[in-house]
Amino acid sequence: MPKKNSMKIQFSSNSSNESFARVAVAAFISQLDPTVEEIYDIKMAVSEAVTNSIIHGYEGRDDGEICINCAYEDELISIEVTDNGKGIVNIEEAMTTLYTTSRDEERAGLGFTVMLSMMNEVHVFSEVGNGTTVKMKKTLGVE
Amino acid sequence: MDFVMVNRTLVVILEGELDHHTCVAIRQNVDREYQKKRAKNLLFDFANINFMDSSGIGMLMGRYRNVAICGGEIGLYNVSPEAQKILVMSGIHKLMKAYATKQEALEFLA
Repeated sequence: MPKKNSMKIQFSSNSSNESFARVAVAAFISQLDPTVEEIYDIKMAVSEAVTNSIIHGYEGRDDGEICINCAYEDELISIEVTDNGKGIVNIEEAMTTLYTTSRDEERAGLGFTVMLSMMNEVHVFSEVGNGTTVKMKKTLGVE
Repeated sequence: MDFVMVNRTLVVILEGELDHHTCVAIRQNVDREYQKKRAKNLLFDFANINFMDSSGIGMLMGRYRNVAICGGEIGLYNVSPEAQKILVMSGIHKLMKAYATKQEALEFLA
């Protein structure tokens, strides 16, 4: 019998919710009994995606909605982070290491690099003016 | 967050998580203390940090710029293996060293 489960949460683009999002996803996948490192890695990926939605998608405003869909089937975890923010002009460029469109803030431009490193697959869907969805997958128990 | 001055090094004892949300207050407090104490170097104690994402790297980079202007350096100690991951991924470990002990860090920074 495969272990199969899914959940969906939605929250405002308030930066206080970055921690909440990490913990919520971690709690959900804890049902699979991941290692400490796997939990941390997934928390990092979620944190980067949610932070991107807040500071780029909604340009720091807290009146936007962010949605996380999370599902697993056996050891394969899928996480989708969606916002209805301004969208990405050039996805390939955005995913380049150290690239950032932020001006004054101290942004390292590492969000996607971290996601790509922590997860097995990352796919970005975005349209200017129509929001962004980041879909990530990770299989537990594999190096 | 706690601060201790040792000669010209401001030791910053961090607590909790380093993410986009928490870094706003951290950078303000660190910058304020750094100026107030007329410090030259910054030394971050990571013992009580249980999470760091790339916003933490951004915060360290911003402090590095400020400290470099004053001719100082930044050191880190008590860095967990998890936090070490992103320090290496970002390449920032080439700009600021993670020391094994506080003693060692203070000796090198002095």
